[in-house]
Amino acid sequence: MKPAPFSLLIPDTIDEAVSALAEYGDAARVIAGGQSLMAMMNMRLAEPDYLIDIARINELKRIEVTPKGVSVGAAVTQSALASHAEAMAKVPLIAEALTHVGHVQTRNRGTVCGSLCHADPSAELPLLLCLLEGTVTLRSTQGERTLSAESFQTGMLSTAKRADEIVVSAFFPAAPKNARTGFHEIARRHGDFAIVALACIVEERSVRFAVGGVGDTPLAVNWPNLDPASLDEKLNALAWRLGGYDDIHASARYRRELIRRAGATLIRETML
Amino acid sequence: MRTLKDGQKHPISFTLNGEEVDAYAEPRTLLCDFLRHEIGASGTHVACEHGVCGACTVLVEGKAVRSCLMLAAQAEGATVETIESLSNTDDEFDDLQAAFHEHFALQCGFCTPGFLMTLTMLKRTGRRYSEAEIRDALSGNICRCTGYKEIVDAALTVLGPDSLAAE
Ligand SMILES: Cc1cc2nc3c(=O)[nH]c(=O)nc-3n(C[C@@H](O)[C@H](O)[C@H](O)COP(=O)(O)OP(=O)(O)OC[C@H]3O[C@@H](n4cnc5c(N)ncnc54)[C@H](O)[C@@H]3O)c2cc1C
Ligand code: FES
Ligand code: FES
Repeated sequence: MKPAPFSLLIPDTIDEAVSALAEYGDAARVIAGGQSLMAMMNMRLAEPDYLIDIARINELKRIEVTPKGVSVGAAVTQSALASHAEAMAKVPLIAEALTHVGHVQTRNRGTVCGSLCHADPSAELPLLLCLLEGTVTLRSTQGERTLSAESFQTGMLSTAKRADEIVVSAFFPAAPKNARTGFHEIARRHGDFAIVALACIVEERSVRFAVGGVGDTPLAVNWPNLDPASLDEKLNALAWRLGGYDDIHASARYRRELIRRAGATLIRETML
Repeated sequence: MRTLKDGQKHPISFTLNGEEVDAYAEPRTLLCDFLRHEIGASGTHVACEHGVCGACTVLVEGKAVRSCLMLAAQAEGATVETIESLSNTDDEFDDLQAAFHEHFALQCGFCTPGFLMTLTMLKRTGRRYSEAEIRDALSGNICRCTGYKEIVDAALTVLGPDSLAAE
């Protein structure tokens, strides 16, 4: 199908973009890479009256690498981040996860922040933001606020972003210096959405472990001073706690099994 | 801020296959439809219209993208390349097209422009690719007819490790 008619606004600055959002309110939608929104508009699942294209705003194209981590502007594509050597060296988990975000052709337009805003429960970048305890910075005509991953990601396809706000950047903290990190995803086909995606940070015997694709949002748990003998039991409890559902891709039971088995493998290998 | 009003046609210009295009498009016009219906460049194919099949893949600024998930207006000022750019003025195949021909890498051919544009992006980097890398890059293009072996074989003869390319 084709999108329903809309007016297209192409701001040059963040200020223009947020003023337009303030003016048109719920009738307007931001479009970044369009890799989720255009598909929804083509299927008439979304019919905004105004589309605000932020992809050309230069202020939003910044990637900043600081000693603490990597800050990614809202117009930075997934490909641009993946080819930023310094950023990928700072947070290698992102490089690993990005190869699973769609395909090279969608990464060439899809943005990092757009994925966070879309908040698909099985998307990889929200999982990493949750694992790394990152933040999202939002702006409206009233000012700016920064939210933790946990408070930003409120549910399936939903975030704490108000209709008059745009996300201007996301910050992915680097894992602690001596930590090791791991990422693993099970999907029907490489590049498809994850059935279950797993990531962890391990520092000696302290483990932070995050699961995506099972609950409505990614969930991370901390196991300080983990006794490897208790790992299976902990994963089993977590698998039940996540309350997985049956869908066309996999049954809840299969998802739980993946958390138990793939989780144990990932954590053991990362601890080695 | 530029405003393109709904229901109205707005001027748009970009470089298509080396030539300037000056035409008009509504905000809602998809790049794939604009290429096919306004410009007559019908080699770009449209199937799923939600980014999954890759039939509509074109190069924008040298990068393979879905033209069904892009608005024509978003191509303003950009460099766009489609399958029509591959064969030369004497209508000779380029090396990727020739390899597809030799390896029986197509049946109906509907998916082929998308495959070729993705591979053209890889070719531009000037480096060689392993079979695994080629399969990964092509995982965003779906073919309903031939299976992927012949397509990957064809790609390998042009882009693969030196030993293969030399054959
Ligand atoms: C074939 C295919 C496979 C895919 N597979 C995966 C996958 O495996 N994993 C995965 O994670 N994703 C996948 N995706 C989706 C991913 O590619 C998108 O890039 C991502 O979800 C959205 O980013 P975008 O920049 O394209 O956002 P858009 O589509 O432009 O926007 C998405 C939503 O976020 C809002 N939005 C975007 N940016 C902002 C902002 N700065 N401020 C406020 N609101 C904003 C929009 O209004 C919209 O609601 C896939 C897509 C396709 C087409
Ligand atoms: S028509 Fe664009 S990806 Fe299928
Ligand atoms: S050759 Fe028919 S779809 Fe690929």
